Amino acid sequence: MTNGDTVHRSRGTTCRSTLFPSIRAGMRDYAEFTLSESDDGSVRTLALKGHLRVFSLGDLDARLRPLDGQFQRIDLSEVTDIDTTGAWLVSSYARDRGIETTGASEQARRLFAALGNMQENEAEPQPRPSLLMRTLGDVGNVMIGWGNGFLQSIAFLGELVAALFTTLRHPSRLRGTALVHHMQYVGINSLWIIGLMSFLIGIVIAQQGAVQLEQFGAEIYTINLTGRLSMRELGILMTSIMVAGRSGSAFAAQIGTMKLTEEVDAMRTIGVSPMEALVVPRVLASMIMMPLLGFYSAVLSIIGGAFISNFALDIPFWTFLQRTQEVVPITDVWIGLIKAPVFALIVALLGCYQGMQVSGNAEEVGTRTTQAVVTAIFTVIVLDAFFAIFFTEIGWK
Amino acid sequence: MTDLSGGYEGEYPIVVEGLRNAFGEHVIHEDLSLRVRKGEVIGVVGGSGTGKSVLMRSIIGLQHPTAGRVEVLGHDMLQPHEEAGIDIRSRWGVLFQGGALFSTLTVGENVEVPLKQFYPEIAPDLRSEIARFKVRLSGLPEEAAYKYPSELSGGMKKRAGLARALALDPELLFLDEPTAGLDPIGAAAFDSLTRELKETLGLTVFLITHDLDTLYAICDRVAVIADRQVIAVGTIPELLALDHPWIQEYFNGPRGRAALAAKGDPEVESAMDSTGKTGA
Ligand SMILES: Nc1ncnc2c1ncn2[C@@H]1O[C@H](COP(=O)(O)OP(=O)(O)OP(=O)(O)O)[C@@H](O)[C@H]1O
Ligand SMILES: [Mg+2]
Repeated sequence: MTNGDTVHRSRGTTCRSTLFPSIRAGMRDYAEFTLSESDDGSVRTLALKGHLRVFSLGDLDARLRPLDGQFQRIDLSEVTDIDTTGAWLVSSYARDRGIETTGASEQARRLFAALGNMQENEAEPQPRPSLLMRTLGDVGNVMIGWGNGFLQSIAFLGELVAALFTTLRHPSRLRGTALVHHMQYVGINSLWIIGLMSFLIGIVIAQQGAVQLEQFGAEIYTINLTGRLSMRELGILMTSIMVAGRSGSAFAAQIGTMKLTEEVDAMRTIGVSPMEALVVPRVLASMIMMPLLGFYSAVLSIIGGAFISNFALDIPFWTFLQRTQEVVPITDVWIGLIKAPVFALIVALLGCYQGMQVSGNAEEVGTRTTQAVVTAIFTVIVLDAFFAIFFTEIGWK
Repeated sequence: MTDLSGGYEGEYPIVVEGLRNAFGEHVIHEDLSLRVRKGEVIGVVGGSGTGKSVLMRSIIGLQHPTAGRVEVLGHDMLQPHEEAGIDIRSRWGVLFQGGALFSTLTVGENVEVPLKQFYPEIAPDLRSEIARFKVRLSGLPEEAAYKYPSELSGGMKKRAGLARALALDPELLFLDEPTAGLDPIGAAAFDSLTRELKETLGLTVFLITHDLDTLYAICDRVAVIADRQVIAVGTIPELLALDHPWIQEYFNGPRGRAALAAKGDPEVESAMDSTGKTGA
């Protein structure tokens, strides 16, 4: 009956290997087929051969496509084995084109029957809008996101203030253990890195300042420069940036992961307010520790300056420190200490806020954490500029 | 040794011997042994926290035991061997207790991951069609293929995990409580799907379950884990003949009776009547 006229093979090789699929991807037993004609020429049959399994499909689909409509029957008698994917491919191909299949083995027939029971509701994916529309849509969404984000974080601040008042009225509801834990995490654990950073920054300011001031013979003002800059600006600014990177990100990731695992929802159902249990301790801990860290950072940066001027400027270490006490007005210290809790509030609030916004998937935790850090640092720097002008205007020069 | 088309030739695709697992001081398994026969559905039962999931994790190489031997498809799982490791991974499918779907991918893309990993030559269009077919096969509506795991219900996540486990038509299936969280109709559909696949494709299934109906419906043998060991392996009538209090209570408790009544297996019933006079 058959007089095979065409043999279609992909990638020519049919060696039976005992190696592993990844290695033998190029030399696998791909499914083959032949096209033949019944003796009277009325029915053309496509005979599939070999394995009809997921690993042997290869580009079978693409190879069959040009033959569409050239045959009226699929013969499976030479198929050695078949799995659900192979059975599905043949049965849906045959059904879509109204072709009959013959020669199916017992195994194949059972698989067809099992698949036939499955209801076939081909849901088409929603059509994708064009590139222009998608870009415009994305831009719009980003803008709306910014606007909403700003409003929502203000609302979040309001909720936080309300929760803080509740805590003030019922001090027993304050989570003491959590507060101390976060104070340790935000404060104690970062002493080393903040200290080192500040010390090095002090060295850079003193050394670079000295090079410039030397030109006017005013090296002695290096002490003013280092002392006042550290106390007034850099100590707290650098500390805020470090805390945003270290703790703000941790807050966002911790709370975000808890949102994903529904822990935050579970809290709510038990009657525990996530605001009180998660956010208040973190924000309070940061607000308590940040002034201390900022002052510590300023002191270490002055020590760094004194250290380098000992060698580079011939100002002895102790003289530098004594002179610092004389030239740095106490208002500089106040300015640093006033700014610290505000910056701490921003860093911790944005960390917790972004964490609370997480929903959906793991990637979201990552983007929200990044946003927490970036928005916190940006806001801190903008506010610092306002503070600088404000304090100068009120006469704290 | 291994041939993709022929599958595993030996008698026991899973062999565990003298397994010991411990988390710090807490010993989970001590000298645990189990052999799973080719082509059988083995049900693994035991109380909560007896170490069924840990056993599965040590068989598939995610939990490193402190002692013992684990062999899967003739390969020693404790000897790292990269090529054999890849080969074995293309021949098993795993459904985790919690679903373990990739949260940044849609269900369809989740199913495509193993296909893409092992058979990159399949065209993307065909691959996503195969994925949608697997999604339907596991009992989900096809629209679910376009959803993200966070948009699915608990039972739907289970089914999506099953679809991913079935993506490669593996010869070895590890299922950790596949019917937990499924409605009874869905659970029955799962039972018949598993039976059909086992009979047509000769699958070997390692099935952890608390679902007595599933045990009666599809398991050839049942392994009971208690006291840090597999205390018994056998068909349900064989287990009923044993005089172990936990086994008796498990199968002769009110739920065991109800499941049996629904199944109505005369062989089991007679075994139960002769041993389980204590049952309700
Ligand atoms: N990562 C881990 N660290 C410490 N102990 C663990 C860990 N994973 C599991 N365990 C302990 O091992 C024991 C067995 O856990 P396993 O998850 O295997 O239980 P199970 O039999 O699957 O229970 P269930 O039926 O509830 O799923 C438990 O007592 C659990 O506390
Ligand atoms: Mg478990």
